[in-house]
Amino acid sequence: MTTAPTSADTSGVLRKLFLRVGVLPFFLAIALVVFSLMSAKFLTGQNLVNVARQSVYLVLVSLGQMLVLVSGGFDLSVGTAIALTSVVSAVSMTWAAGVMPDAIWLAIVIGIAAGGFTALMVGLVNGVGVAYFEVSPFIMTLGVSSVGAGLALFLTGGVPVSGLPFAFGDTFGFGKWFGVPVPVFIAAICIVVMWLVMSRTPLGTQIYAVGGNIKAAHLSAINTKRTLMVSYILCSLIASLTGLLLTARVESGEANLGGSMALESIAACVIAGVSLRGGIGKVQTVVLGAFFIVMVQNGMNLAQISSYMQMVLLGGLLILAVIFDQMRYRMIMRGR
Amino acid sequence: MPLLSTHGLTKDYPGVRALNAVDFDLNAGEVHVLFGENGAGKSTLISMLAGATSPSEGTIYLDGHAMNFDTVARAKSHGVYTVFQEFSLIPTLTVAENMFLGQEPRAGFLIDHGEMRRRAQEIFDTLGFALSPTAQVTSLSRAQQQMVEIAKAFHGDLKVLILDEPTASLTDREVDHLFAFIKQQKAKGVGIVYISHRMQEFARIADRVTVLRDGAKIGTVAMTDTDEAHLVEMMTGRAIAEIYPVIATTPGAVVLEIKGLSTPGVAPSSLSLRAGEVLGVAGLVGCGKSRFFRAMMGLTAHQTGTVILKGQDITHLSTREIIRRGLYYLSPDRKAEGLDLAKTSHDNLGLNVVTSGTASKRGWINWRVVRERVAEIADRVELPHDYRAKYVSQLSGGNQQKVLFGKAFGQDADVYIFDEPTVGVDMGTRAALYLKIKSLAEAGKAVVVISSDLPEAINLSHRLLVFAHGHVTAELARADATEDTVLKHFFVESEPTL
Repeated sequence: MTTAPTSADTSGVLRKLFLRVGVLPFFLAIALVVFSLMSAKFLTGQNLVNVARQSVYLVLVSLGQMLVLVSGGFDLSVGTAIALTSVVSAVSMTWAAGVMPDAIWLAIVIGIAAGGFTALMVGLVNGVGVAYFEVSPFIMTLGVSSVGAGLALFLTGGVPVSGLPFAFGDTFGFGKWFGVPVPVFIAAICIVVMWLVMSRTPLGTQIYAVGGNIKAAHLSAINTKRTLMVSYILCSLIASLTGLLLTARVESGEANLGGSMALESIAACVIAGVSLRGGIGKVQTVVLGAFFIVMVQNGMNLAQISSYMQMVLLGGLLILAVIFDQMRYRMIMRGR
Repeated sequence: MPLLSTHGLTKDYPGVRALNAVDFDLNAGEVHVLFGENGAGKSTLISMLAGATSPSEGTIYLDGHAMNFDTVARAKSHGVYTVFQEFSLIPTLTVAENMFLGQEPRAGFLIDHGEMRRRAQEIFDTLGFALSPTAQVTSLSRAQQQMVEIAKAFHGDLKVLILDEPTASLTDREVDHLFAFIKQQKAKGVGIVYISHRMQEFARIADRVTVLRDGAKIGTVAMTDTDEAHLVEMMTGRAIAEIYPVIATTPGAVVLEIKGLSTPGVAPSSLSLRAGEVLGVAGLVGCGKSRFFRAMMGLTAHQTGTVILKGQDITHLSTREIIRRGLYYLSPDRKAEGLDLAKTSHDNLGLNVVTSGTASKRGWINWRVVRERVAEIADRVELPHDYRAKYVSQLSGGNQQKVLFGKAFGQDADVYIFDEPTVGVDMGTRAALYLKIKSLAEAGKAVVVISSDLPEAINLSHRLLVFAHGHVTAELARADATEDTVLKHFFVESEPTL
């Protein structure tokens, strides 16, 4: 008697959930069930804390990627921004530490500034190319990612830059502030700032508007070109921050850091309901989306799935998420 | 027995009945004109005859047999060819390749290009069109592209030919060629359905005229029994006073002055606009009236001229800066450049509240204030409560247009330019939107209403500017602006001097 209306209600609720946030809750539920069946260690508090700590880097990059996706483009060069930041900051930090061995923290700041400046340039080139020269985001960021990867290898000759000040790694790689690992602390701040930007400032509203309908945004007195450019620059800067944290973690500057970040961050965003058409996406769910990707990788590790097969699964997951995104968009446009 | 007829043909779109139980018939060897305002249902009717859309109810008969034209290809296979107003040419292919697209003459597995060119040339010779089959479509003028569209319809076994405003972009000489061709086809027994706004063409080629209004058939008259005045009355014949409000005018200072502004397709033109007045801008689709104002808004490049807003030169400013200085432009295309369809009405209205800067403090948006202002605006444009949290894509055209109007109220401008403010909107909503225009003008705003809908342009305005062929051909005071006088200025026989 009561089952029929209940199941109708349930499907209605699921449908609303899908329309509002996309495919993530369903994927998350499936992953939790599957991996806890495959490995007893998966659903332990210890492991989940571990996942949270590992996911910091992808969360950060995904936040930047989200900005660009919401503006209606995408950024394939986030991995390059990470690698360049790593190499440039490591080179300048070791150089500065050698010149003034007594002022280690000054050397660290110089290194961070140099890395950040490099990423600013990467974002600026992407943004100017996409916004002002109207190059498609795909080609622009693909080209920049090749240029950046080449420069990073050229600067280091392909050899990791070692000899970083110990204080750098100790603080940003393994340190704790107020009992919280520093990377987690920094990521938390970034999440809050990004949430404020996207939901509380005109810039956020403008990015949503430009991605939703750029012509309508133009006629609503929005500087569409500047908005596009700013989103690429911010994306690159956040990637750069990730690059610094990763460099501190591995305690060397490496040109191959962040190689899979572009794909993983786009996957995290799309699974979290960010539309590839632009205009749609939320900070909160993107954080969850990145967490989900890292959790799946962790679960696959525990289930002893080889890293090669993991690549296969991740690619498949991305495509599946895009298919669901298309369905969701059609449902929004059709109304039923 | 008529060649082609419809019985009770009806088309429903979500929330609107575009065509209501229309009986229409076409005899062999006849030119039958469809006449009516924009949105009267002409395009809906022919798109069903062409097989581009399927009727919700009703039947189409060809030679007395009920037909099911579910695709354009099927209609064509029965000899019913349609030349749509919107071009379906592929710009990167040649003229001949376009004409035979999907039915290329073959030599084995390969396309027989020689045969294709020869047949294309044959068709051009018959039509008297001076076109080269090997020309690339991008290299052709708009008129030439139109000719290719027409030529494209003319192969195969032609029974019924449907022409949707075929002369809109043709020169007089090209029109003569087209009419000669129509007469030749008539003599062969082809039935021709012809849509046009140009009434002086009817006398030259029409046998009968069917008038549509608001999706319903008003009547069919023989051309010999009617005249232009009668047709206009049939087309617009409604209690005009009930729809169009009387807008009080107390013209204030000049707020906007345009001096000698020109843009590709529009000769240097000037106008001045006072606070509290409504300036109507009338003209056919493509006469340059919209292009002129879009150039003024900085949406397209202008070649010469100056624009002065409240004493300040805004000629070379960006669109964004022009809007911030107090000029609001309402786009004629709400889907392409007006609204974000995948967002709610709330979000769409909120955008302009946010960009106006009135709801943020030190760079932070106060969403409570935005929500209040959005609710105010939604009330003001009478957007029903149920629709406010819905995605705009799910609203009817009328309600979408209300949201678009609401965006204009999010910013406090001095001059409002409404480009086709009621396109594709039902009568009830139109009347409501006209009241919004009235309230703006009576609050001392300067308003421009650009409209291809003549009664709208005439009845809302205190002063009327008429555009034809990229020129201002008349400026009429309210008292002098009757449909007859205005229509005369639509068809001023002048070659564009561009």
